[in-house]
Amino acid sequence: MKDIAIVSFAQSDCRRDAGACNEVELIMPVIEQAMQAVGLNNSQDVDFTCSGSCDYQQGAAFAFVMGVDALGAVPPIKESHVEMDAAWALYESMLKISMGQAESALIYGFGKSSPGELPTVLSQQLDPYYLAPLWVDSVSLAALQARVLLDRGLLSEQDMAAVVARSRANAKANNPHAQLAGDVSVEELLAESPWVAPLRKHDCCPISDGASAMVICTIEKARAWGKPYAVIRGIDHRMESHNIGARDLTRSVSTELAAAQAGVDRGPVEVAELYAPFSHQEIILSQALGLDDSTEINPSGGVLAGNLMMASGLSRIGEVATRIMSGDVRRGVAHATSGPCLQHNLVAVLEAA
Amino acid sequence: MSEETTSSEDDITAIETPVYLTYNFTAGEATTRFLHQVRKGKVMGQRCPGCGNVYAPARGSCAACGLPTSEEVELGNKATVQSFTIVWIPIPNNPIQPPYIVANLVPDGANISFIHLMSECDNDSVHIGQRVEAVWKPEEEWDYAMDNIRYFRPLDEPDVPIEMIGKVPLSGWEGKA
Amino acid sequence: MQYAAVTGIGQTQYKARRGDVSIAGLVHEAAQNALDDAGLGWDAIEAVIIGKAPDMFEGVIMPEVYLADALGCSGKPMLRVHTAGSVGGSTALVAASHVQSGTFRRVLTVTFEKQSESNAMWALSNPQPFSPHLNAGAGGYFAPIMREYMRRSGAPWDTGIKVAVKDRLHGSRNPLNHLQMPEITMQEVEESPMLWDPIRFLESCPSSDGACAMVIADEGLAKEGPKAPVWIRGGAMRSEPTMYAGRDEVNPQAGRDCAADVYAQAGIDDPRKQLDCAEVYVPFSWYEPMWLENLGFAEEGEGWKLTMDGATSLDEGGDIPWNCSGGVLCSNPIGASGMIRFAEAARQVRGDAGAHQVVGARTALGHAYGGGAQFYAMWVVSVDK
Ligand SMILES: [Zn+2]
Repeated sequence: MKDIAIVSFAQSDCRRDAGACNEVELIMPVIEQAMQAVGLNNSQDVDFTCSGSCDYQQGAAFAFVMGVDALGAVPPIKESHVEMDAAWALYESMLKISMGQAESALIYGFGKSSPGELPTVLSQQLDPYYLAPLWVDSVSLAALQARVLLDRGLLSEQDMAAVVARSRANAKANNPHAQLAGDVSVEELLAESPWVAPLRKHDCCPISDGASAMVICTIEKARAWGKPYAVIRGIDHRMESHNIGARDLTRSVSTELAAAQAGVDRGPVEVAELYAPFSHQEIILSQALGLDDSTEINPSGGVLAGNLMMASGLSRIGEVATRIMSGDVRRGVAHATSGPCLQHNLVAVLEAA
Repeated sequence: MSEETTSSEDDITAIETPVYLTYNFTAGEATTRFLHQVRKGKVMGQRCPGCGNVYAPARGSCAACGLPTSEEVELGNKATVQSFTIVWIPIPNNPIQPPYIVANLVPDGANISFIHLMSECDNDSVHIGQRVEAVWKPEEEWDYAMDNIRYFRPLDEPDVPIEMIGKVPLSGWEGKA
Repeated sequence: MQYAAVTGIGQTQYKARRGDVSIAGLVHEAAQNALDDAGLGWDAIEAVIIGKAPDMFEGVIMPEVYLADALGCSGKPMLRVHTAGSVGGSTALVAASHVQSGTFRRVLTVTFEKQSESNAMWALSNPQPFSPHLNAGAGGYFAPIMREYMRRSGAPWDTGIKVAVKDRLHGSRNPLNHLQMPEITMQEVEESPMLWDPIRFLESCPSSDGACAMVIADEGLAKEGPKAPVWIRGGAMRSEPTMYAGRDEVNPQAGRDCAADVYAQAGIDDPRKQLDCAEVYVPFSWYEPMWLENLGFAEEGEGWKLTMDGATSLDEGGDIPWNCSGGVLCSNPIGASGMIRFAEAARQVRGDAGAHQVVGARTALGHAYGGGAQFYAMWVVSVDK
């Protein structure tokens, strides 16, 4: 894949309930903001548009079709959609640019989880014959995973609480869009009672409504536009078995594979934004990516501070890109996930131009 | 389990696993305003600040321009048939029996059609360009719903020429508001 | 751009209900058939691109997560496309882009629908509280558009009936089809129940279970396969909003633009002359004359003449046969239907379309559309690189 430039990124606030806003009303402001940052008006000014969303979040078939109403798609545009996190819409767009059919692309993801019970909804993501009829929700599956890690002594409840405390503190310091932010100690967190044991409520990401958008282009085009940009130097994603009993839940093998292919270890990782919906998963992912104390992890607070499902993965990439574009860091890693217990993972390596 | 039992078992070709998920829908800001008006017996549209076209019911944006819409425009009780179909499949919980007309109707003052029922008409004489008017439920039954309008019925007015469908102003067709 | 070719094609038997397989079994069957066709094992596949129409059709959310094992995806990239009814076509194009971008050498793409596991009519007109529930479904949405086409073109009233018969006769040559109606007559179609006037029961597509898969490889690997590679000469997608003031719903601009794009890539300026056949998404009979115009095979208002003259009929020796496989009117596993069009176009130029082969076909169009006739995906494939 060619090196591709990220030239702008915008995200909405993470809100527990966006209330009256419909999909179009959620999407339009972030698209406008991302486009205007590079002096563009609407989808007519890019060569390709791709989005990520999930019908079942809103409970309406074809939720993404409404999204097209926000684009100004007259005359018609080259457009596609993945029923996945928008990080994979970015991946599809990069293929399009790499094959030479586009020089620029608009990517957006949106999710309105508030109308339904998200963990219960996600139970219907499981094998429809064996697992879905049991209504095992996404939090319970993550709790099974955390239990394996704790009982094998691979991490402690203190480690998990420390992840949460850092997330809240980082969100307070750096992230005006966060839903959960503030100063809270490990002791205070551990004093809370378990929710879905061994997980406490704070170990789980909140449920948020919102959207995010990004503009990418060829390096040549980014130079021509004359704006700061971050370069996607490597990107890869890998799937694992759906059979949780067949996986080693203490590792993320697919993240390890994707990291190797994306070239995470080809330079220092100054910052990493990881899509870890549960505190223990951040530790699994850090290990899979080979990160140590030299890397600042989730300076935005990550998704424990706010989780725009179907946009959160794209937002992780956007968070790293923003820090590179501002000149704060020169190299970082972003990660996106999908499926129960980190079944599917995407890793991107971003660098300064 | 004996081998004999195993081999005599029938293939399982289906299991029933009903999925019930409950959602609390929200209408969106534009639709919320629309429904508040329709509750009062008014059909409102929204004008696009870019192309000037009036959308009804509005979704808060002009899909062509990709611009947010906010200017509210009251629409007429009359409309024009853009096209239609005669449906032979019953509507659940609706007294209207097949065959009935589902039509794309453009209300006066709007530039886009919505789908609604036509009734009090001879199905064979319904045609593109025909003028119709809304028949509302009794006021005490009005709710936040498009079916406050029970259906549309034909008017004794001249047809709208094809090229003018979607462009009839609020003042009506040929001065008949 | 790297050259890419179809090197394997696999389909399942299409039926109202495939009670003999699970969803995983269904997609696996198509994928295994495609691998067998390409003479490959699962290890030869570097990535899997899967597509289907709305998840509500089967009630499985993001089913690629569950289907990863059935498609041998452990440790591989897997991408899920969803662009409404055009998804079968756009999934093939996204799969091709994996190779054309030079990122992968050989990928598998699969699309499916198992409509019997749920109620598609319900999923499509899932009642929303803010609009009147008219139970009109897809037919109720498209019927007024067909009526407007009839008014504009002055097409004879039985044009749709002719298409319904022609595609079923084509379809009776294809053993995979759900509907097998070798004895169908114009009178039988005319006398079938009217559903959404002008759409009669026999002028509509069935609801089917089924899956379709293809292997797409780069130039070097394509030449190693047991069968002649089918080269992808052009691929295009276009979208426009469902509703906007002034939209031409009969002859949508997105379809015209998409066709112009794919023809330009393939060096085609007269599709009727330069293409040998076409597999076009025609779920309701009247969409054949409408798409003949939209896709540039006929002037505006004249598409019906090709249909009535038999130009699109294999049985009548037409010069540009459409839907020799029987098309969507014979089998409609929605999410797969677009890919079946793409795959059947490839079968034609490879010369292994069996009893529905167009003799000497070298170049063909595959077409899919979806939503309110607003999403389009097309490709042109050829024996010539
Ligand atoms: Zn406008």
